[in-house]
Amino acid sequence: MREKSWREIPIGGIIEDAGNAETYETGSWRTYRPIWDPEKCIHCLACWIACPDSAILLEDGKMIGIDYAHCKGCGICAFECPDKISAIEMKIETDVND
Amino acid sequence: MARRLTLTGNDAAAEAMRQIDPDVVTCFPITPQTELMHKFAEFVADGDVKAEMVLVESEHSAMSAAVGAASAGARVMTATSANGLALMWEIVYIAASNRLPIVMPVVNRALSGPINIHCDHSDTMGCRDTGWIQLYSENAQEVYDNVLQGILIAENPEVLLPVMVTFDGFIISHTVEVLDALDDKDARDWVGDYKSTYSLLNTDEPATFGPLDLQDYYFEHKRQQIEGMNNATGVIKSVGEAYGKLSGRAYGMTENYMTDDADYVVVALGSTCGTAKVVVDEMRAEGKRVGLLKIRSFRPFPHAEILAGLASAKAVGVLDRSVSFGAPGGPVHKEILAALSGTGDATVVNYLYGLGGRDISLDHIRTVFEELETLAGKTIPADEVRFIGLRG
Repeated sequence: MREKSWREIPIGGIIEDAGNAETYETGSWRTYRPIWDPEKCIHCLACWIACPDSAILLEDGKMIGIDYAHCKGCGICAFECPDKISAIEMKIETDVND
Repeated sequence: MARRLTLTGNDAAAEAMRQIDPDVVTCFPITPQTELMHKFAEFVADGDVKAEMVLVESEHSAMSAAVGAASAGARVMTATSANGLALMWEIVYIAASNRLPIVMPVVNRALSGPINIHCDHSDTMGCRDTGWIQLYSENAQEVYDNVLQGILIAENPEVLLPVMVTFDGFIISHTVEVLDALDDKDARDWVGDYKSTYSLLNTDEPATFGPLDLQDYYFEHKRQQIEGMNNATGVIKSVGEAYGKLSGRAYGMTENYMTDDADYVVVALGSTCGTAKVVVDEMRAEGKRVGLLKIRSFRPFPHAEILAGLASAKAVGVLDRSVSFGAPGGPVHKEILAALSGTGDATVVNYLYGLGGRDISLDHIRTVFEELETLAGKTIPADEVRFIGLRG
């Protein structure tokens, strides 16, 4: 994306487009990657409530995966996942095969 | 129709605020500003204004609340002095950076310590790089006029920067003077209504205010601020001319008093200019070619007017009422030297005076002019400072 000149942007740091965080991909910031196991998941959605980046993907009220384009790897989802379930495991990004 | 009033400088500022009737006024008391907001609070209590007055627990909160209200699209004012301004510091920068046209009378007072409540310019000179426009006032009349003009300057779409209207603590703030004020209708028509481009409360066109701004765009936003400040020079002049047509009192970036043919010129800001004018008149009557260059707008700095005002000068005495510790001379002196750089051979002499409210008299200023006569043609080192009224 071409970065704009000072003549082209709103003054004072104002951002005019609401909800544009979606277009700003923060996934590359990640050191640890949450790995979700759909077999273990009970779809309690504790991770979805707690995720600060809205990176838990749902369909029809059930978890279907993680949005790695935005997940920063904070690990809150793995922490919030009930201990008896442990459906999310944090792994070092470089150790995970894509 | 003008109304002739007898008011202190604080009450003159409050009178202008009554007529402006801002949407929001945030307030925390500090000497010598306290009576200003005390007076405005009376207007609120008496129902003379509709302004929402927000009483907060510190100046940091006063400026924060002002920033919040201005972001919501309100016309906002507050006022402070010295240590209060220092406590606001962080948010003073943010008000300018977020391009919020807040107008704030600042009653000049020495910064602690040792603790002192009287006038010098250490408070506002210390924040000359915050991005605020700074208008210095010579007397209560100018306080009133500058506050009314400040609104139009700050809110001009080519500027959109906050404005400090400064005046000397106690010397102006607590001294009763005669001044002419506009009638309420003229004042209301003059300031008109403020319509902000953005508003936190506009849910139809939501926007983000004060976001993180890193290596990719922070520099561009600073460039925009520079442009706004550059534009302010023309706007201050045009507003000053328009105000002259309305009130009979026109204003510019400076007041060049008897400088056209002057051999010796004193440069000063604030109430000292009134004292200096008396000396200039006396010495002119004696046949001396002396003049005063009064800086009204210190930010933006009036380069063109300085050059015009000092064009004939053989020697210039720059009066600083604050210290820039470790720097060669006071803040005004440094900027005068920079403005004159490469333009001629006028001798520039720096005088430090009036710290902590130390009085400056007619005799002091006459002595400066007499000293300038003896120093003309000599080279004065930039870091040589002379002290007025200091015990040796």
